Amino acid sequence: MFKRISAILLAGLTAMSVASCGSGGGGGTTSAGTGGGGDAITMGFSQVGAESGWRTANTKSVQDSAKNAGITLKFSDAQQKQENQIKAIRSFIQQKVDVIAFSPVVESGWDTVLMEAKNAKIPVILTDRAVDSKDTSLYKTFLGSDFVEEGKKAGQWLVQEYKDSKDPVNIVELQGTTGSAPANDRKAGFAEVIGADPKFKIVASQTGDFTRAKGKEVMEAFLKSTPDIDVLYAHNDDMGLGAIEAIEGAGKVPGKDIKIITVDAVKDGMQALADGKINFIVECSPLLGPQLMDLAKKVVKGEQVPARVVTEETTFTQEQAKQVLSSRQY
Amino acid sequence: MKRLLWPAVVLALLLVLNVFFTPSFFSIEVKDGHLYGSLIDILRFGAPLILVSLGMTLVIATGGIDLSVGSVVAISGALACLQISEDASVFTAVALALGLCLVLGAWNGFLVAGIGIQPIIATLILMVAGRGLAQLITDGQIITVNSPAYKVIGGGYWLTVPFGILIVIGVLAISAFLTRRLALGMLIESVGSNAEASRLAGIRARGIIIMVYAFAALCAGVAGLMISSNVSSADGNNAGLWIELDAILAVVIGGTSLAGGRFSLSGTVLGALIIQTLTTTIYSIGVPPETTLLFKALVVTAVCLIQSPSFRAKVFRGRGRAKPSSAAPEQKVKVTA
Repeated sequence: MFKRISAILLAGLTAMSVASCGSGGGGGTTSAGTGGGGDAITMGFSQVGAESGWRTANTKSVQDSAKNAGITLKFSDAQQKQENQIKAIRSFIQQKVDVIAFSPVVESGWDTVLMEAKNAKIPVILTDRAVDSKDTSLYKTFLGSDFVEEGKKAGQWLVQEYKDSKDPVNIVELQGTTGSAPANDRKAGFAEVIGADPKFKIVASQTGDFTRAKGKEVMEAFLKSTPDIDVLYAHNDDMGLGAIEAIEGAGKVPGKDIKIITVDAVKDGMQALADGKINFIVECSPLLGPQLMDLAKKVVKGEQVPARVVTEETTFTQEQAKQVLSSRQY
Repeated sequence: MKRLLWPAVVLALLLVLNVFFTPSFFSIEVKDGHLYGSLIDILRFGAPLILVSLGMTLVIATGGIDLSVGSVVAISGALACLQISEDASVFTAVALALGLCLVLGAWNGFLVAGIGIQPIIATLILMVAGRGLAQLITDGQIITVNSPAYKVIGGGYWLTVPFGILIVIGVLAISAFLTRRLALGMLIESVGSNAEASRLAGIRARGIIIMVYAFAALCAGVAGLMISSNVSSADGNNAGLWIELDAILAVVIGGTSLAGGRFSLSGTVLGALIIQTLTTTIYSIGVPPETTLLFKALVVTAVCLIQSPSFRAKVFRGRGRAKPSSAAPEQKVKVTA
């Protein structure tokens, strides 16, 4: 038995070392070039995954703008798992990349690996999602949307929409992945705005993991356990799209019987908004690649960058969606 | 039948618990020409898990385990949606997807029975590689399809009954017939007890093992079609993620021994229903998302403890003594939870 286990371990180790040698070689030569030439930057980028159309657009933006900016990109997909992301960052450190950028899957648990990057003198840029580390020297800057602001915008529209009504408004909420920054902040920002008026009441709130399938499943359960739902607030378009199917299956009209607010504004979501199935979408733009590459060049040169850079975003009503739908990139 | 008593009691308790929070929980009505209600939801969303668990039951009965079913779920949905998005007919898409699943399952079986790799390692290969394959097929994107015919598999209805439930009943009936009316079940159990002795007794152990892995992959493939058709899109990353663990748990709750040589199809169905009811319960009674996993773990631990005869003897008869050997299977269960 012991022999067998050690044989398996050995096989695993060999495979891993072969893999890291293979990619490590490339990294080594590039960073050697950086020492001489100075302008060929290698960036290690660890993406959350490809859980939604938004994320895919984000990935594409980073990849395209890296190519345009002449930055060598080492891209790693974490498939929604923090352990994969930590592994990827460690391998970037081993490969001696010039700068590491990543979108953290969850907010907490990054101190150790970020300290390793700091000790290796590799600057780290957070994109799109923040970490909750107390020590802000662990990363150079955080480029991304202000999720609290997005939650507030969603709440403000709701307050405006129901300003003449005195009846209680029952809201159900589909949260994003538990523990992720967008889920925490979009919930907090929304709750802050609607909390000012006691007629708004969140009657049920569960996680839908940012996916259509879960959004549909959770909404089906909500529709049965909470009879009077006036408003659905989903933390992303995909969960909202899943929920729309559930609402239609229950014989109700999405957008009329139940008003729907979502965040993101991906193409499928904008289509549903234009079709009147969603009432309001707060944009969360994934096209932060060009800004990221600028920041990367600055931090590699050692220039000062602001600790927080916010991506530019707007909101869409049904009429606005009809106008911009055809020009939507993602 | 007696060993199914406790899982059935737990399922009943969970269902009754729901009535306190949702008084209309047991009501089933006809809405827009199809059945509508919480119980229907549990069956409909539980259908993929039941299917995967049925395949897993037979694999575990041979003393093996299949970790790759979650990836096969993703591959099947991805291939079918890709085909449909490229204007193939639904029939071709489904046939291609299921064909690929059969090949993948046979590959697992070949690694286990032909080469003699331990099942957990052999299927781990496809578990990891398969998700990559699914992403390769979808190009890392979510493929959205708009095909009413495809939608029927997971989201449609036939004579007011959700189509997915009918598929499950069909697969269950066929596998129950094959394993319990014909000798196949006994052969599987025999291979699970002792593959070498079975071979010497004239049973083609190798063929049987390859067959059960292919069956497990086929079940996973059908489940994958259901999951993707339910939301009309294929998600290579998230479809069927961790379903293998839920399936193993369902099999164990249903009283099938992880050591092989004994299995219960009806137990597995009960086990899968318990898991899905638990999920629905969490949504209905409003367990905060942060504590969902803990809540699940506690319920599953309770289910496993209550099923153990020695634990019951200890608790219900006060001074009764537990046999030390009973600890092992319980621990396995906790790990998968």
